Amino acid sequence: MPVDGQPQSVRKAVVVGGNRIPFARTGGAYTKSSNQDMLTAALDGLIARFGLQEERIGEVAAGAVLKHSRDFNLTREAVLGSALSPETPAYDLQQACATGLETVLGLANKIRLGQLDSAIAGGVDSASDAPIAVSEGLREVLLDLSRAKTLPQRLQILARLRPKDLAPDAPNTGEPRTGLSMGEHQALTTAQWNISREAQDELALNSHRNLAAAYEAGFFDDLLTPYRGLTRDSNLRPDTSPEKLATLKPVFGRNLGSEATMTAGNSTPLTDGASTVLLASEDWADGHDLPKLATVLDGEAAAVDFVHGKDGLLMAPVFAVPRLLARNGLTLDDIDFFEIHEAFAGTVLSTLAAWEDEKFGRERLGLDGAFGKVDRSRLNVNGSSLAAGHPFAATGGRIVATLAKMLHEKGTSGGRPALGLVSVCAAGGQGVVALLEAYSAGTTPGDIHD
Amino acid sequence: MTDTYARLVNHGLGRDLARKLGLPQPAELRRYHPGQPLIDGPVLVGGSGPGADGIAAALLSWGLDVRRHAVPKEKLGGIVLVLDAVEAPVDLQQPVLAAAPSLRDLTPGGRVVTVSRVPGGTPSTAAARQGVDGLLRSLAKELRGGATGNGILLAEDISPTAPSALGALRFFLSGRSAFVDGQFVRVSSADGRMPDDADAPLAGKVAVVTGAARGIGAAIARTLHRDGATVVAVDVPAAGDHLAEVANGISGTALQLDITRDDAGQRIIEHAVQRHGRLDVVVHNAGITRDKLLANMDQARWGSVIDVNIGAQLRINEALLASEHFRSAPRIVAVASTSGIAGNRGQTNYAASKGGVMGMVRATAPLLAEYGGSINAVAPGFIETEMTARIPFATREIARRLNSLQQGGRPEDVAEAISFLAGDSGGGISGEVLRVCGQNLVGA
Repeated sequence: MPVDGQPQSVRKAVVVGGNRIPFARTGGAYTKSSNQDMLTAALDGLIARFGLQEERIGEVAAGAVLKHSRDFNLTREAVLGSALSPETPAYDLQQACATGLETVLGLANKIRLGQLDSAIAGGVDSASDAPIAVSEGLREVLLDLSRAKTLPQRLQILARLRPKDLAPDAPNTGEPRTGLSMGEHQALTTAQWNISREAQDELALNSHRNLAAAYEAGFFDDLLTPYRGLTRDSNLRPDTSPEKLATLKPVFGRNLGSEATMTAGNSTPLTDGASTVLLASEDWADGHDLPKLATVLDGEAAAVDFVHGKDGLLMAPVFAVPRLLARNGLTLDDIDFFEIHEAFAGTVLSTLAAWEDEKFGRERLGLDGAFGKVDRSRLNVNGSSLAAGHPFAATGGRIVATLAKMLHEKGTSGGRPALGLVSVCAAGGQGVVALLEAYSAGTTPGDIHD
Repeated sequence: MTDTYARLVNHGLGRDLARKLGLPQPAELRRYHPGQPLIDGPVLVGGSGPGADGIAAALLSWGLDVRRHAVPKEKLGGIVLVLDAVEAPVDLQQPVLAAAPSLRDLTPGGRVVTVSRVPGGTPSTAAARQGVDGLLRSLAKELRGGATGNGILLAEDISPTAPSALGALRFFLSGRSAFVDGQFVRVSSADGRMPDDADAPLAGKVAVVTGAARGIGAAIARTLHRDGATVVAVDVPAAGDHLAEVANGISGTALQLDITRDDAGQRIIEHAVQRHGRLDVVVHNAGITRDKLLANMDQARWGSVIDVNIGAQLRINEALLASEHFRSAPRIVAVASTSGIAGNRGQTNYAASKGGVMGMVRATAPLLAEYGGSINAVAPGFIETEMTARIPFATREIARRLNSLQQGGRPEDVAEAISFLAGDSGGGISGEVLRVCGQNLVGA
């Protein structure tokens, strides 16, 4: 029986593969690279890997969270600078840190509906090359000046300028409605769910160890293209240890009364980077002799009321995942790989704690009890953002391409295609989650899990 | 990477000065561009007999202006000396001296090609045939103006018009062999065929090039693409950005792969077959240098050079030979080095690996024969690359001039030789080493 709301005529949208540039800590290797430079590089690597030179792709969607006003057509400009056919249309999308995953879901849906045969999803961010705006005072003066017609008018307007107006407006990641930074918000949630410093450090340690092991095994050989002398994520510390992580001083939540637990080691640093994912219909992939790694099954978005403190800023996926799995007739036990974006170790652990909490399950998720337990041996097995870094809009593409390859390598699990869950939290109290499955021929979406 | 000296002595005042001082004057070499004529000017075919007649007929069929007797004062694009029937050393005199005055009429970038047989037979025949070797190598050193001299050696029962004999003749006459000088190519079988389109001899073929991110490898990838092949460009993941640039420039695919991995051969075959439907040509170009005098050599330097330069090639070849996808007139071309022939101070490990490549090629040839396949090595001499640009100035200047053409070759020159051996017309040549060195004065 088809799943509710999914017409039986929809096609499969498959992940062919991905490409990203190594992620660099801000102020590092990509200090002089713009969003457009990095996105173009990530696209060109993808084009080279899959032989897409001069190919007219159905649509390219990507975005950046920190964006210059001149980047109004960022993705299209990157396409024009790449080896793709200049007849490839493109658009920008932005949903904070969920940007990358949302481009995947939106394009996959277009493929499933038959509107597109091929698409490239992606994202890029540079915290190094961040836009700096002029102050509101100066901006108003400049705009009024441009409308003034006579010299006396112009002088009158200029006379309004005060020295403080000349200070630039640097970007910040604070929430506009609370004034709190993301880290401070997470510190509230971390404390609320009693997540220990040790547990956070352990998660961070696993992230580094798993990512380092994946590099050593050559797992990223066909997922990454070096850029500006960088061949691996510069944030990766293969030799980090519990002792080293334990020496770091807390940086968030120092005024909460309780013990501060969030350090630079268990929080993601500001990072520069770009990622891309090639999506296609089965026919297009076959017609181009390209692999089909995984199928994009479904996605779900959620948002929470963090402004009034009802839920933590980064807790929206806690609500999105149960809805997504219920719609697909699945439980956490059915999932072979969990890719839960590590904005902070505390975010992942708070999410898991909420799902394991009976009261939360009954009262907030409307279930009979706790939602369930995530098998930690299936969580972020090739590392995640704590080790790789987190160039906001590029994280979704990193995760989807990584997961698709893992699913492909796993193949089947218990007689059915292996399943993977992606969860990405985002500013504004939002979250986007997605379900992917190892590609297998013959089945159609909707009749897999009945 | 530019040869400033060569530029200086080829123009204006510098040219006059160099001439007066008797300084070396490296000529601008005649290099191939698609669509250009095979050779500039008429070709004189010397020698007599069915062999010479057959070759003259073949040249005519290529649309060349053929002379059987020299026309005094007429400029010639090339001279082909057909000596396949010589039976005694005295037999050389007549055809050689008949053609000799015409050497003055060779245009710049002209070509001399001998066609003779692999030494053997009676002592007298063997002496005559071996005599061609000394004759050609000396003659090549007498040519000026970027002209070259090379020879084709036919096995006992091979006709001078066998596909690969004609293929080699075309290669030597053309601009594709610009930096090949004083060399012989041995045709050992009648396998192979002339391409339908001389400007796209690799049309429809899928070729893998290792070490394709830069230097000679990138030039090989571009040249094979120009000649019609679909190219899979392979290099280590750390060189992926340059590799992507090469692949995107030639509408190929980039495969980031460490060739020393145990499964490298399998990965290469899978990629070529899945993405491009077939695998026809593998060019083993990837190589590294870790120079050190042997007295100071350590395990890491020795081991890595041997593993990358020859170990990986052996393992990949094993996978290729075992694969059902590599059975339709397959071609392997490996990049060796004149260091492996003549030796080079500080390069015992490198020379051992490159000597190994030549040994491997010879022993692998019979294994590919049953599939109509061939395997050969190309040994570059001094080639102007990023790598040789780092050699100290004086050493580099000497290395550059120490050959008959008095200049370094270009990566494209190596690539042209590889493309020739990778094509259908190279099918009768197997287990050979072709030097692209401008007749380097060291190492024969």
